[in-house]
Amino acid sequence: MAATLPPPRLLPSGDSAVTVEFSRTIDDDANQRVLALDKALAASPIDGITETVPTYRSLLVHYDPGKIGFDALGEKILPIATRPLPPATRARRWRIPVAYGGEHGIDLEDVAKALNTTPDDIIARHAGGDYKVAMIGFTPGWSYLSGLDKSLHMSRRQSPRLLTPAGTISIGGVQAGIQCLAAPSGWHLLGRTPVRTYQLHRNPTFLTEPGDHVTFFAIDHKTFEDMDRAAEAGEIVAEQVVA
Amino acid sequence: MSRLIVASIGPASSVQDGGRHGAQRYGLTVSGAMDRLSLAAANTLVGNEVLSAAVEIGPFGATFTARDGAVRVAIAGAPRNADVAGRPVAMDTSVTLKDGETLTLGFARGGAFTYLAIEGGIKGEPVFGSLAVNARAGLGSPYPRPLQAGDEFTVDAASGAPELRIELPKPAIGPIRVLLGPQDDEFDDANKALFLGSEWKISATSDRMGYRLEGPAIKHLHGHNIVSDGTVNGSIQVPGNGSPIALMMDRGTSGGYPKIATVITADVGRLAQTSAGTAFRFKQVGMAEAQEEARKFAQLIRSLADRLRSSDTVELNIEALSDANVAGYAVSAVDAGTWQVTAEP
Repeated sequence: MAATLPPPRLLPSGDSAVTVEFSRTIDDDANQRVLALDKALAASPIDGITETVPTYRSLLVHYDPGKIGFDALGEKILPIATRPLPPATRARRWRIPVAYGGEHGIDLEDVAKALNTTPDDIIARHAGGDYKVAMIGFTPGWSYLSGLDKSLHMSRRQSPRLLTPAGTISIGGVQAGIQCLAAPSGWHLLGRTPVRTYQLHRNPTFLTEPGDHVTFFAIDHKTFEDMDRAAEAGEIVAEQVVA
Repeated sequence: MSRLIVASIGPASSVQDGGRHGAQRYGLTVSGAMDRLSLAAANTLVGNEVLSAAVEIGPFGATFTARDGAVRVAIAGAPRNADVAGRPVAMDTSVTLKDGETLTLGFARGGAFTYLAIEGGIKGEPVFGSLAVNARAGLGSPYPRPLQAGDEFTVDAASGAPELRIELPKPAIGPIRVLLGPQDDEFDDANKALFLGSEWKISATSDRMGYRLEGPAIKHLHGHNIVSDGTVNGSIQVPGNGSPIALMMDRGTSGGYPKIATVITADVGRLAQTSAGTAFRFKQVGMAEAQEEARKFAQLIRSLADRLRSSDTVELNIEALSDANVAGYAVSAVDAGTWQVTAEP
């Protein structure tokens, strides 16, 4: 039998939630453990847990203290959280179309200049990456991706923009992102996707799940317009790669 | 069917209920009533499910007019003067508006949020089980935005049931209770003591997303950037400037500032109803006490129907309310996103 993994920290987030923390930093191994615990708790629910929220490094577990206390819940979570990771199952993979540069990616040229290369090279590096949805947060559907090419790591903008468009594809620090709704952002905007990761009256409402794999491919601005209309009408327009 | 017309209303007023649960993992904010107990009390008075949708009215006044028939409503929460066609209406009571009559609510006198529940509930299309307005995500029904004059609700005709009042426990006074964590280890003992030992005021630039706290600057041990993790209602995060923010119902589902403490469930509504400018303190409690208080709070909400009384003895209730009032606050400048309340000069 494989050795158990080091236990996470159980940090009280008030009287009705506990933060199960695997790491203090952005760490792919920790994120895998977060997602594995999330999956395990979904597969065999503990009575009293009401909702789980995976993030980069911790799983926030909401619970009803009328059904289970902090200590009892911790005793049930720890053995699951220290289990060796199950063998990687085949994750869903999305191919996301992106119109890079121009009005859709206003920072592409500046990013290329800052990294001493051409916009086409930045596109190739960004679209060539193999990403994983590490967490979804901030606003509905905002998917934080791990797996950004090291050569594209750069600090966020000094002054965040108060509004960036829906569908923005951006990079910030060591992360890449797919933003669904218009929102403030301090990241560098490389392009826009017509894909809605959140669309209210569509089935499914939310396209991406933590743990999904993502790759990007470039489309021209005319194709963007066509796909954007289709997406507005409820089409998914992202390609799901069937394993 | 009758209609209830919003004849006039101030900003920071919207339809709210028990909130939208189950999709925080997708970044979807919970929303819901800032003061759950008052929402539940108003609903109980008109026979609705306790956490069903009602109108959450911000600190300004509002007027509602019944059309095409009578409408039965109830008010609970932040105390204010209220009347129907000149007849005074006490807080924590139900009242029936005859066709054409108008309910007039004054400014909140202490606190911020008053709940207007409508008999039969608010009709709308729930998303993730909720009608609560979350303006940023375009959610909420029948209006996915704060209410405006001219909005209207299609409602059940009044049942003609006798009017009721609800006898709530005396409002708790004293400090807002918190549990330390989840990131209290990002602060040294001196700064934790400063947080717990200081007097705080809620800034005028607060809203349903967060209450900014004015007081001493709280310093971090290792800087203010942590890797984003999950938030709850009542998380108290400390950004770079050292001024804590208590995250409220429209909070983002994740946040990247260290959270020094978390308001206990039983006290989140009390914090929500603390007027801007009023001095208050925090008090640390242990997990056992916090969870016991959470269970008692849930039990109180479940058993509100046992506290209904005939409205005959309503004068006693008015007295109790005026005792509980914190007078002396008036509403000043405001913009679309935030409400601002300042002490009268």
